Amino acid sequence: MKTKYVSTGVRKKDAMSLVTGKPVYTGDMVPPNALRLKLLRSPHARAYIRSIDTSKAKLVPGVVCVLTWEDAPQSRFTTAGQTWPEPSPYDRLILDRQLRCCGDPVAIVAAETEQAAQQALKLIQVDYEVQTPLLDFTQAKDNPILVHPEDNFRALCDVGTDAKRNLVSTDCCEVGDVDEELKRCDVVLERTYNTLANSQAMMETFCTFTYLDEYGRLTVVSSTQVPFHARRILSNALEIPKGQIRVVKPRIGGGFGAKQSVVSELFPALVTKVTGRAAYICYTRQESMTNGSPRHQMQMRVRIGADRDGTIRAIDLHALSNAGAYGDHGPTTVGLVGHKSLALYGSLIASRFTSDVVYTNTMGGGAYRGYGATQGIYAVESAVNELAAQLGMDPTVIREKNMVRQGQTMPNYYGEPCNSCTLDQCMAAAKEHMDWDNKFPRRVLPNGHIRAVGVAMAMQGSGISAVDTASVEIRLNDGGFYTLLVGCTDMGTGCDTILAQMAADCLDCDIADISVRGVDTDQSPYDTGSYASSTTYVTGGAVVKTCAQLREKILAEGARLLGVSPEEAEFDGDKVFVPGTDRCITRKELGWASFEGHSRTLSASQSHSSPISPPPFMVGMAEIDLDPETGTVEVVDYVAEVDCGTVINTNLARVQTEGGIVQGIGMALYENVQYNAAGKLLNDSFLQYKIPTRLEAGTIRVAFHPSYEPTGPFGAKSIGELVINTPAPAITEAIRNATGLSFHSLPIRAEDIAMALEKQNHD
Amino acid sequence: MKLTLTLNGVRRTDEVAADTTLFSYLRDRGCLSVKCGCETSNCGLCTVWLEGKPVLSCSVPALRAQGKSVTTLEGLQEEAAQFGAYLADEGAEQCGYCSPGFVMNVLSMVRELDNPTDEEIKEYLAGNLCRCTGYQGQLRAIRRYLQEKGGAK
Repeated sequence: MKTKYVSTGVRKKDAMSLVTGKPVYTGDMVPPNALRLKLLRSPHARAYIRSIDTSKAKLVPGVVCVLTWEDAPQSRFTTAGQTWPEPSPYDRLILDRQLRCCGDPVAIVAAETEQAAQQALKLIQVDYEVQTPLLDFTQAKDNPILVHPEDNFRALCDVGTDAKRNLVSTDCCEVGDVDEELKRCDVVLERTYNTLANSQAMMETFCTFTYLDEYGRLTVVSSTQVPFHARRILSNALEIPKGQIRVVKPRIGGGFGAKQSVVSELFPALVTKVTGRAAYICYTRQESMTNGSPRHQMQMRVRIGADRDGTIRAIDLHALSNAGAYGDHGPTTVGLVGHKSLALYGSLIASRFTSDVVYTNTMGGGAYRGYGATQGIYAVESAVNELAAQLGMDPTVIREKNMVRQGQTMPNYYGEPCNSCTLDQCMAAAKEHMDWDNKFPRRVLPNGHIRAVGVAMAMQGSGISAVDTASVEIRLNDGGFYTLLVGCTDMGTGCDTILAQMAADCLDCDIADISVRGVDTDQSPYDTGSYASSTTYVTGGAVVKTCAQLREKILAEGARLLGVSPEEAEFDGDKVFVPGTDRCITRKELGWASFEGHSRTLSASQSHSSPISPPPFMVGMAEIDLDPETGTVEVVDYVAEVDCGTVINTNLARVQTEGGIVQGIGMALYENVQYNAAGKLLNDSFLQYKIPTRLEAGTIRVAFHPSYEPTGPFGAKSIGELVINTPAPAITEAIRNATGLSFHSLPIRAEDIAMALEKQNHD
Repeated sequence: MKLTLTLNGVRRTDEVAADTTLFSYLRDRGCLSVKCGCETSNCGLCTVWLEGKPVLSCSVPALRAQGKSVTTLEGLQEEAAQFGAYLADEGAEQCGYCSPGFVMNVLSMVRELDNPTDEEIKEYLAGNLCRCTGYQGQLRAIRRYLQEKGGAK
């Protein structure tokens, strides 16, 4: 299909507002009379509130209310933004008497000014019964300390939840007989890998304001990826009907999954419910890091078996995931550890994936770009690299021998078909672009630094099969322009523009003729939201369907006005005309006509869901410069070869890739998560939690190798999450190639390398 | 306390508390381009100009601006749009939340450095964090902007 906008680098529709600093974010629109909120947070990782005295705090001038557990509804809910019934257990209250991690909310102060709220915080007197916290997630299952002893704890889905064992979920799935197959292998390698609870560190922290509108309904304006799920969660938590809630999403200052949980919304909503006043909360960076929704910390054990020629026959993967204090996204993230790593290897005769997700008294986890696939791919790809080394094989060659190919089915990926895959081309291109054959494994520079390379493959999904649902509506307006109403949330990714590109090509019009609007739950058509790499693929599917329906309506109405049957007329995007004659009616005239004395509005709306979630694939190669004196690693060059199906917006896909890789570099080398003995997070600011600056980003070279996904809009799959998955294993391998040292935990800090090299020299 | 300054070319006097940061002062005066991304002077989102030099407004008391000129992106709209168009054409604004501070610092850099190399550009802008883009597109945009303005190495 010939396209005018799809597969080009169209400028984002909101770009100029963003680059000139227009007030388009939640915090820029707060009503002037809104109460300012501050939260009193628990200093203890596990404690019971014996009593709270708020009387002094309430005396501070300007303080309007101080709310404690006694003022909060007692229905448990989950803050995970997922389709109902959520797999995440209902284990939260807005304010709970039992505190389960440092920073758990103890009280909400609402005041006329931030200063008054801040002052009141200090005057709240809490009598805590401090309890011994459960901090080591490897000891959590069946530990006598119970994180969720409460009676009204509920799990809606059968995911093996057992709060009396600190189990959020447990699962086992096996294809073939792994134990038997491993016995037949010439080589079996067993390794354990560890990852941490990385912070998304989006630049805009969690923020929300709420007010009662002119109808007395609760309006929630929030930086959220999931407006419709937020509406339901607010309804559950506040015990008010969904019909009384409206959620509005302005521009979002980054999400990366963090805002797939309802983090900041409930506190101002409760204050507005209680006081009737507008209320605003903006998390500090510290709050965003200590009580946000980070990646799940995991420990993964891999047993991988192969023949001496490098044929990988079986992988046994076990993941232990730390949900922390609350089970948000726990049962689902862990699933991707197995399903989106094992399926990379089409050669597997048998595979098994088992998992336990456990509660502890550390910060609760959530959704972070990659959603478990990142951890699983790090473990499996690292194990494959170590296996290749043990077999004396080039790690690209072992992958070429075993990788999944187009046309296969993927038994460990829910049995879904691999309709579209250019992973082989990605590998060939990566080798060429990196000059792999010359650079592998290492060379020593004159200054003593070591240059080394490493490789990894990755996949992800495109939406959640048979769950994610998107609807859009497109209207032809007077004057002939279109309005595209979407329920998915552009968080900087550019989906508003990408969907307009598709619509413009489907409707044969100028992209300027399509105005996009999202999201307001009162006005936007339903969409599960922007997560699981669903928007281009799922919502894009809805756009294609809706445009087709609208074209039919336009043709029918145009033909009717021309006095012919639709079969006799054609629509070319600008006009409906009768071929071979000069009879025509323009789109503009049609727009006017449908607005005057008519009952035929030219509007269409379709929903879309996909029974499958076609994986995008990629190969990542890192070249590092390692200083053996200091252990410092610099990623000097990164080659990313991506198959996301048809690339809808060439610029945005490229920047997504570059951004994902730098986040992955942060995870591999810098972003550390440490707790003190009492369970308090130490890396709670950008001083201690080092995300890469532009000095650490190196050069990233991105190239696309589009397959054509027959079930995707214009052949597209997804891009957003895939791209974070290769840096951790590729850099780990480059460090091993440089030093001979195998690291099994992230991040691999300069001091870890320097000390290991020191030890190596002594041994 | 009384604060008299020139904000985006307009002289004004306001009553401010001694502990008011320049950041809060500016947001309260409607300069909503100025964003806060941390409390530790790490992210660069709150960058504005004080006497034409970039400062982190979250870490400057408002009263330090007494008698001085302060410039935010609201006062540089035309230039912001000129450079911003290059960012936009790379798709490198992404969520845009770091853009105002970043653009302020880029526009300061082009005044301060002649023909900067890539290394000099990265060094100058190292304090402007961005979590979306991986910085590559920003660098491409700066290079193209400098080329078209004349004067990139």
